[in-house]
Amino acid sequence: MTGPASSAPSLLVRGLRKRYADVVAVDGLDLEIRAGECFGLLGPNGAGKTTTIEICEGLTEPDEGEVLVLGRRWGEHDRELRELLGISLQETQFSEKLTVEETVRLFRSFYRQGPSADEVIGTVQLQEKRAGRVGQLSGGQRQRLALACALVGDPALLFLDEPTTGLDPQSRRQLWDLIERFKADGRAILLTTHYMEEAERLCDQVAIVDHGRQIALGTPRELVASLSAEHVVEFAASPGVPVSEDGLRQVDGVEAAVRRDDTYRVRVAELHRTVPALLAELRRQGVQLTELRTHSATLEDVFVELTGRHLRDQ
Amino acid sequence: MTNETRRLRDHPLVQLTLVRYREFFREPEAVFWVFVFPVLLTAGLGIAFRNQAPERTPVAVVERGAASASVVEALARSPDLLASALPEAAAADALRTGRVALVVVPGAASDTAEYRFDSERPESRIARLLVDDALQRAAGRRDPIGVADRRVSEPGSRYVDFVVPGLLGMNLMGSGIWGLGFAIVDARRKKLLKRLIATPMSRVQFLASFVLSRLTLLVIEVAVLVGFAVLAFGVPLRGSVASLVIICLLSALSFAALGLLLASRARTVEGVSGLMNLVMLPMWIFSGVFFSASRFPDALQPFIQALPLTAVNDALRASMLEGAGWARLAPEIGIIGAWLLLSFALAVRLFRWR
Repeated sequence: MTGPASSAPSLLVRGLRKRYADVVAVDGLDLEIRAGECFGLLGPNGAGKTTTIEICEGLTEPDEGEVLVLGRRWGEHDRELRELLGISLQETQFSEKLTVEETVRLFRSFYRQGPSADEVIGTVQLQEKRAGRVGQLSGGQRQRLALACALVGDPALLFLDEPTTGLDPQSRRQLWDLIERFKADGRAILLTTHYMEEAERLCDQVAIVDHGRQIALGTPRELVASLSAEHVVEFAASPGVPVSEDGLRQVDGVEAAVRRDDTYRVRVAELHRTVPALLAELRRQGVQLTELRTHSATLEDVFVELTGRHLRDQ
Repeated sequence: MTNETRRLRDHPLVQLTLVRYREFFREPEAVFWVFVFPVLLTAGLGIAFRNQAPERTPVAVVERGAASASVVEALARSPDLLASALPEAAAADALRTGRVALVVVPGAASDTAEYRFDSERPESRIARLLVDDALQRAAGRRDPIGVADRRVSEPGSRYVDFVVPGLLGMNLMGSGIWGLGFAIVDARRKKLLKRLIATPMSRVQFLASFVLSRLTLLVIEVAVLVGFAVLAFGVPLRGSVASLVIICLLSALSFAALGLLLASRARTVEGVSGLMNLVMLPMWIFSGVFFSASRFPDALQPFIQALPLTAVNDALRASMLEGAGWARLAPEIGIIGAWLLLSFALAVRLFRWR
């Protein structure tokens, strides 16, 4: 894309800090989302994702830092910004006694312009539930209703806070299809998630956050490539014989080896060269394998590498 | 649908108000408590405390041969007395336990008698007058003045007349405080308030939708209860309809503001329930719903008179039963208005959207 409109970032966050009574939720965060980009905030529970997104949504006041949304500031252009943003909060429960259509119509009435309630219900594929009470909807359908309510103002920027948390894989995939279509429409999206797959599939840029700080930033591909090892070998050994991690690290082609309980994760650049050598080393140590798996490195591996913890540990 | 009506229907204030109606009418329990229960209560109290024909006062005559028989016969002619002959010990026992109001002991001579009764008991003093009257007349007394009795039951002075304005006031309080309190706290708990303020929705319109829906439901609420009381029990409406309407409107707004204040911070429905009961319970007792607030000691009266429900009940009674004009209603209307302004100002200051 060219021209000044596309070069101005949809969201710019500089030096954001927010502290609650006993905990620092956001500790100096910078973000930049360009128009038409889907940006993922990835991190475990308590990393400060929701606080960050709610500051950007103008629902929480930051202690420090600058937030520029679509070139405007909270406190100066609130009404205008509310018209331009689409928001899906974590765990909003809509009134159970209203129907899908009544709920969407209510939200539509708040915006000066945008698609009709019927159109939006069609977009999120809830036509069949149009006259159904919200109380009767499944988790996936409720999330799609939340997306519908985020879309009624034809937003230029969408904030989606954990849009698929707690959903079954099929509903999750359905939501991903929807979000991909919003991207195709040219809307910028800020998404928080603790699902790797979600970030890898949807996001153009990913910031990995932990304890309120950004610890890595890049495209999913860049982040994985930064490990300089594209594959992960995981194995479990029968207890009794201790595995020497140093021994593993000395095998040619092993980038890193980490132990977690009885499982070991070894990152390697080239499976076909390194795996035979690794197995030879284990045999030399007298280790009896009970399990052996390999997968391509993911953002999860990046997170483990950066923090020594898993994303969904807590 | 024309474009005009469609535009009106899609106005946020209309949509928000429609949501209020839908949430109310789709909750059968709420409809019962607001519309049906007050009518049932009025019917029950009206029937239980209806004015009955005065009962005959029971008296005993000590058995002493022929003398007692003629006394019983003389007393039986009075429509107000129920006389029975008893042995002396049984008569004393009946007097002591309150089964009779008075005991007549016929004298040795036929023209003497003794009345035994407790002059502290009002019904005994009445029995003394009735018995004496009946015996003196039976013995041939002639009254110098000819009188005729005509019984009247004046609407406005019966218990049902007293209690209907009280029930109306109590209902205005309950539906205002519950109606707002629960809905707002529930929306806050569900993070729906937070979601709503993330849209361009006007916060004033959101609160206005509660007021608007309360006021329209109020019309039904008042019409049902007052209509039933007028048709079924002939409860009078002596004041102007305008004064009744203004009192009800102002009271509904005032209690809605109080509901808003109670709901301004609470995060759980349990929390706000406790708060609402704490505020409403004293008013149920002190504010003269079922019995007059003047029964409480003078020391409590300044507190009682300052309660909004006391003012509402007094104003409703003054208008409905006494036909009071604006000048007479002014102090009560002032108190209700003061509660409205105070609660609303405080609620706006304290209200939490998240």
